[in-house]
Amino acid sequence: MSDRVTFMLDGHRIEAYRSQTIMDAAIEAGVYIPRLCHVPGLDPWGSCRVCTVKVNGRPCAACIQPAMDGATVENDTDELNAWRRELVEMLFVGGNHFCMSCEKSGNCELQAMAYRLGVTAPTHPYLAPERDVDASHPDIMLDHNRCILCARCVRTSRDLDGKQVFGFVYRGAERRIAVDPGVRLKDSEADVTDRALDACPVGALLRKRQGFQVPVGGRAYDHEPIGATDGEAEGAPDGASDGESLEPAASAGREAS
Amino acid sequence: MSTEAGTRPRIATVSLAGCFGCHMSLLDIDERILELAELVEIHKSPIVDRKTFAARCAVGLIEGGCCNAENVETLRAFRDHCDVLVSVGDCATMGGIPALRNRVPLKECLDEAYLSGPSTVNPTGRIPDDPELPLLLDRVYPCHEVVPIDYHVPGCPPPADALWAAVQALLSGEDPVLPYALLKYD
Ligand code: SF4
Ligand code: SF4
Ligand code: FES
Repeated sequence: MSDRVTFMLDGHRIEAYRSQTIMDAAIEAGVYIPRLCHVPGLDPWGSCRVCTVKVNGRPCAACIQPAMDGATVENDTDELNAWRRELVEMLFVGGNHFCMSCEKSGNCELQAMAYRLGVTAPTHPYLAPERDVDASHPDIMLDHNRCILCARCVRTSRDLDGKQVFGFVYRGAERRIAVDPGVRLKDSEADVTDRALDACPVGALLRKRQGFQVPVGGRAYDHEPIGATDGEAEGAPDGASDGESLEPAASAGREAS
Repeated sequence: MSTEAGTRPRIATVSLAGCFGCHMSLLDIDERILELAELVEIHKSPIVDRKTFAARCAVGLIEGGCCNAENVETLRAFRDHCDVLVSVGDCATMGGIPALRNRVPLKECLDEAYLSGPSTVNPTGRIPDDPELPLLLDRVYPCHEVVPIDYHVPGCPPPADALWAAVQALLSGEDPVLPYALLKYD
């Protein structure tokens, strides 16, 4: 049995290793499938569902679905983009996102995804949940109002920083990110140099005193939609886990400081 | 559009729970304001100071969300008198800065503002309750949670170019679809 499989993605022939996910095969081929919780180089997680594609007519999360030989995969269709819009809208109304005063604005992947999908205003009622902010650490802050529970910090801390600073507590609507239960950030092992901080796609996990350093117009998604440069990833090393792929463009603004 | 041949389409604008920044952004269209004056008749707006609608309008631009009963009444009047209603700016589309109070019970907000705030001087110890004052709502609502809204132009404020593009599209009877660079939430 060959270890290569071939499938059709929106009419393009894509080759993949057997057991490789549709997402990873697409990234390697330079085809963008919208994603929020998935980052090349981290183990797949499958929580945001923004990467939903149809495999032989059946909805699947591309970041956890292995490529199947001969499959027909739909990605950039009106129907799927409408579903994605709905998911992104729910992330907005389920948290407290005040982009106009958020340090991450312009470099935020959630906001950029909403721009890409053409969300002018959510159609669902705002839940305005009560969430707190952990600003106890001298250099880092964790704003639960903006957290989308993508576990990118959890996986990065565990697998790249070798620390396990973050984890989840509670379930369902109560689910939230936490450092050790009952412990504030300042008492954790978190450090300002942790790559986990760069992994956060939104303004939930931030380095203090870094906000608003890049003027409007110079930020990651001011001119180009998220995913616009994915085509250039063609030929990128397999499973690249360098800083670049961790947060492709969003970190550029902050790190320039 | 509800205008007789030969007359310019009427537009109306209002600022509800907003800061007038969106109106400032509208004025930021610079010399195109002359073109706008040629294209439309500004029927009811802070710019012309008419208090009530005297005619039906083609387009209503709403700045700000609804934080009190008067906002709701005004917004309903706009819905009744405008063919197309557009939420302009983040306060109208999602509540904006005023909606920061949505996570705090109304009573706590009023106590902080009028009784216990660090800079409060209020010897009477009374929270303003004159019947002339519009009642505050339990929370700040985006416009589309109060009346149906046809289009949204987000931004804090929306870029002048976005407002111009939206108004131009609407006056030509087209859907205002913002190009990527003009669809912003900040
Ligand atoms: S985290 Fe992103 S979506 Fe949320 S308020 Fe900040 S910029 Fe907006
Ligand atoms: S803090 Fe950031 S990286 Fe961690 S789960 Fe929340 S959104 Fe994801
Ligand atoms: S990117 Fe696949 S579920 Fe989030």
